[in-house]
Amino acid sequence: MKLKKFKHYYSTFIITAIAVIFTVFSAGIGLEKSTIYLLEKIIIAVILAVSLNLVVGFLGELSLGHAGFMCVGAYLGGKFSAIMLPNLGNSALNLIASIIVGGLVAALCGAIIGLPALRLKGDYLAIVTLGFGEIVKSIFQNTSRESFGGALGLETPRFDKEQLFIYAFIALIITLLVVTNLMNSKHGRAITSIRDNEIAARATGINVTKYKLYAFIISSFFAGVAGVLYSFSNYNIQSSKFGYNYSIEILVMVVLGGIGSINGSIIAATLITFINTEFATILTGNLAVLQNLLYAIILILIVIFGNSPALESFREKYDVKKLFAKIRKNDPSTINSDEAHWDKIPTKISMDELFSLDVTNNDQNSVLNIQDKEGK
Amino acid sequence: MGNYVLETKNLGITFGGLKAAENVNIKIKKNQIYGLVGPNGAGKTTIFNLLTGVYMPTEGTFLLNGEELKGKSQEAINHKGIARTFQNIRLFNNMSVIRNVLVGLSNLPEYKCNLFESIFRLPKFYKTEKAMRDKAKELLKIFDLYEERNNLSSNLPYGKQRMLEIARALATNPSLLLLDEPAAGMNPNETAELMEKIRLIRDKFDITVLLIEHDMKFVSGLCDEITVLNFGTVLVEGDTKTALNDPEVIKAYIGG
Repeated sequence: MKLKKFKHYYSTFIITAIAVIFTVFSAGIGLEKSTIYLLEKIIIAVILAVSLNLVVGFLGELSLGHAGFMCVGAYLGGKFSAIMLPNLGNSALNLIASIIVGGLVAALCGAIIGLPALRLKGDYLAIVTLGFGEIVKSIFQNTSRESFGGALGLETPRFDKEQLFIYAFIALIITLLVVTNLMNSKHGRAITSIRDNEIAARATGINVTKYKLYAFIISSFFAGVAGVLYSFSNYNIQSSKFGYNYSIEILVMVVLGGIGSINGSIIAATLITFINTEFATILTGNLAVLQNLLYAIILILIVIFGNSPALESFREKYDVKKLFAKIRKNDPSTINSDEAHWDKIPTKISMDELFSLDVTNNDQNSVLNIQDKEGK
Repeated sequence: MGNYVLETKNLGITFGGLKAAENVNIKIKKNQIYGLVGPNGAGKTTIFNLLTGVYMPTEGTFLLNGEELKGKSQEAINHKGIARTFQNIRLFNNMSVIRNVLVGLSNLPEYKCNLFESIFRLPKFYKTEKAMRDKAKELLKIFDLYEERNNLSSNLPYGKQRMLEIARALATNPSLLLLDEPAAGMNPNETAELMEKIRLIRDKFDITVLLIEHDMKFVSGLCDEITVLNFGTVLVEGDTKTALNDPEVIKAYIGG
């Protein structure tokens, strides 16, 4: 019974456990360079997906500029650590400080973009954020060699590879804690209420602009953090990497994992990053063309599996949620609570009238006429 | 002046050339249940939208407990004490029943808790969260929704969804509650139950109720006074029985 209190934190616990296992392994027998690199890539993808889920899943606004915020964080955080190198060296303090600086600058950008842009909705907001991402990308591309490296990219200080992934894990755990804590507080409820019904949220006294901005700023902060980690993981950052393609890849992770589901985002981000990396290593040379093709086919198959009416019975048979409910022996009434209540359907027509036979077509108030109207 | 909860002064709005509401003067005393009736398109919901800040009145103004609220934002008006329900139910469908009510509670000064305290789970968070949940459960018990508190609000039957919307509006601690067709789509039993409930909440929460309704049995059984609107203007106002029997009103409804 006590465990139920922590049900929102299961994923955080699991990731903490994984982090401890990897840390012990790397301290004991040591890990291969490629494994560590893959691990870092996955962690960065998960942070990005979870933070984007805050805007797309919980706030319900489409943002296509997540890679732009990541780009700001990567460049500013990377530059900050390079500036601090003479004073701090490549110590953990420098690493942590630059992660925080990168995150804060990205959050500031989130606030500046968010203030005017969040008056927009849906497609329009998506276009503005898409534009922001592209602008940021080209600004950094056209900087001078001394400032941000320009087209050649920015060199970042080299931190101890064996340690970087541990800090990345810590950043991921903090991200998960902040997002789950936020979503299970009154602020998180306000954010989801805006997604569900903005008009009702306003009428219930929710300051819509304020909460939209909160979600946007927190989301871009963690995008910035992921950017800084990315820059340290790759030693060299090219702004061309942060195009809209990357934003959409993050969005794909969120959508596949299930919009509004943190656990889903974690799994989808891990899987997609893993698949992409595996394809990149297996399919080399002429076969490299197949990478994107196979990736696309897998995505299409997942979408079909999730939505096709033909597979309905199959999905129901292997429904993980119901399986878990069975194991836990939950009260069956709560599981089937979405079945229709036939006696309480929202209509002004009484059921007896519907099933009675003495209905004439030229009767103005006849059931058939009313049904006709509703059909339109 | 001070003894009216709501007072509208020549309230009106025009959309282009259309006068959706014109010269509406309504005075509602404390703890009254006041009805707003009229044929379709008479401007009843428009008045509600004016009073809740969805529309900005083009003429006139309105006072709540003597304080002018014209031009304030929707959330500011809600904080001042006007809460409403909608004609077509607007719940937070993907949230559980109790969460719907908790959203309503979140802006009350007694449950103040900033973002920092929530994210880092400081003691203040646990204190306010516990207090909010207790209050929400208390509200749900009044509306017989306590058993369903963890269900999705969209899975509730229609009548209960209406009740939940009223509960959510009451959670914001209003002094004036606006109900837009609360009995629409309810069967006679549910309507009778709703009448009892509205009287109960009026007494229990010490509030004033302004409601729109087409069901005349409901209006005459519940409302102390009514205003009848037609084509955006006030046709008749006053005591429910006399107003409903007014020949003008009968003409507006039946035609003639």
